[in-house]
Amino acid sequence: MTTALEIHELKKTYSNGKEALKGINLSVEEGDFYALLGPNGAGKSTIIGIISSLVNKTAGQVSVFGYNLDRELVKAKQQIGIVPQEFNFNGFETVRQIVVNQAGYYGVTRREAMTRSEKYLKLLDLWDKKDARARMLSGGMKRRLMIARSLMHEPRLLILDEPTAGVDIELRRSMWDFLRDINAAGTTIILTTHYLEEAEMLCRNIGIINHGEIIENTSMKTLLSHLEVETFILDLEKKPTSLTLTGYEHKLIDDLTLEIKVTQKQGINDAFAQLNAQQIKISSMRNKANRLEELFVRLTGNGERS
Amino acid sequence: MFSLYRIAFLSLVRKEINRFMRIWVQTLVPPVITTSLYFIIFGNFIGGRIGEMGGFSFMQFIVPGLIMQAVITNAYSNVSSSFFGQKFQKNIEELLVAPVPTAIIMGGFLVGGMTRGLLAGLFVTIISLFFVPINVSSWLVVFVTVLMTSLVFSLAGLLNGLFAKSFDDVSIIPTFVLTPLTYLGGVFYSISLLPPVWQFISRFNPIVYMISGFRYGFLGVGDMPLWMSMTILAFFVIILFTICYRLIEKGRGLRS
Repeated sequence: MTTALEIHELKKTYSNGKEALKGINLSVEEGDFYALLGPNGAGKSTIIGIISSLVNKTAGQVSVFGYNLDRELVKAKQQIGIVPQEFNFNGFETVRQIVVNQAGYYGVTRREAMTRSEKYLKLLDLWDKKDARARMLSGGMKRRLMIARSLMHEPRLLILDEPTAGVDIELRRSMWDFLRDINAAGTTIILTTHYLEEAEMLCRNIGIINHGEIIENTSMKTLLSHLEVETFILDLEKKPTSLTLTGYEHKLIDDLTLEIKVTQKQGINDAFAQLNAQQIKISSMRNKANRLEELFVRLTGNGERS
Repeated sequence: MFSLYRIAFLSLVRKEINRFMRIWVQTLVPPVITTSLYFIIFGNFIGGRIGEMGGFSFMQFIVPGLIMQAVITNAYSNVSSSFFGQKFQKNIEELLVAPVPTAIIMGGFLVGGMTRGLLAGLFVTIISLFFVPINVSSWLVVFVTVLMTSLVFSLAGLLNGLFAKSFDDVSIIPTFVLTPLTYLGGVFYSISLLPPVWQFISRFNPIVYMISGFRYGFLGVGDMPLWMSMTILAFFVIILFTICYRLIEKGRGLRS
């Protein structure tokens, strides 16, 4: 399988002396849906900035589908689509002008760009806004416009930097479906997000960066299997007169809510059996926190996410 | 690869022209109004009392200067405000992430600035026809001078846009440098009328050479030798292009 993105010993020290990347090594395979996570200031945006030529690297090598950024920059850039964190289009231009111009910068003829603009604006539910000035769009529409713009030259690698920030849940889900579809159609996707639930649901592989270093780079499945203890919240049908759970760390949060910690070895079946024997009925159950979130906090050693 | 660059260049030029056409009331109308006032006040009311200058009526004398003033101001402000605006809104990143080389990025902005400058110059020329017939001594000199001047000031505007960190920075240079140099560059008078000291000082004003060259194309006479005007223009084109190219390549103010 071809490697979509290969990063070797990537270093970046900013002019103020801040060492943002301390020799990153990273590899993303073609067709992958890869999550790049890390606390604020960990270096994610610097990596994306270097890949997209907006940040000058201090040392190291980056290749996109085999094209080295130093030696074959034009070829490398043609493979990449970028959806940045901040809105960076001209708000005075119309939606269609923005996407058609962007296609032109990648050498897509105007006629082809007009055809593609219809395709992508329709796919992202923006077609009826094609003649609207971009600044008049809602926040969610602006996010979708940036995705449409990034796809106009049909890149093989799409990098999304927090694409669903500030987007309502309904729209977020429709964007997930869209991203899943284009990934299934062959586009490699790298995603950074604030919502770890999003990364867990969408991504097959994951890299966690902290203080400019990759501290975890593995499959989502393998990473989640490292979670030794999960915390569940059980909603009880009625207040128990007494409650005993042998072998489980637990506590009653209130009369009808039980928190219980379950290790991988234990499983939860025995806890249910014990509660059943005491005539305690459970109306619903959920994870206290997202599983990836629990691991993330543990690995990065703080509660701040990104 | 050539096809990619050609399409990218045309896309950028179209975007730049659309930008100033979209706000034509702010970009194209002011030079027409200002110049009409100049013609009415300086040419008609006052000029009638001044008499001839260099063998031509005062109105005929100031026409080339006023056309050049419109070209200089519009070419400069188009590129400086467009480039800085894109930097400020960060949509310059649309170009920086794309496979568009520096020369094409510069070409797109420069052609945008030159087009606005030349359009403003054309409108001023049309207005002037209502006041005075225009004689052209050499079309070649007129075209070469106006094209190169619009290129020089588009490049200067680009340089301003590259260094600017706020909208104040974009307006300071035109207000405190460009406008005085243009007014003192011989738009309304011949340098030869000045006292020797001021004649000497004026020789350090590059706009004197540009207006003189352009006036030579119309009237066949100028304050400075034509070869000197052309040399100065070529010098500034080469110097400013090289500086801007290197700054964009290094990513000054564009990449961290």
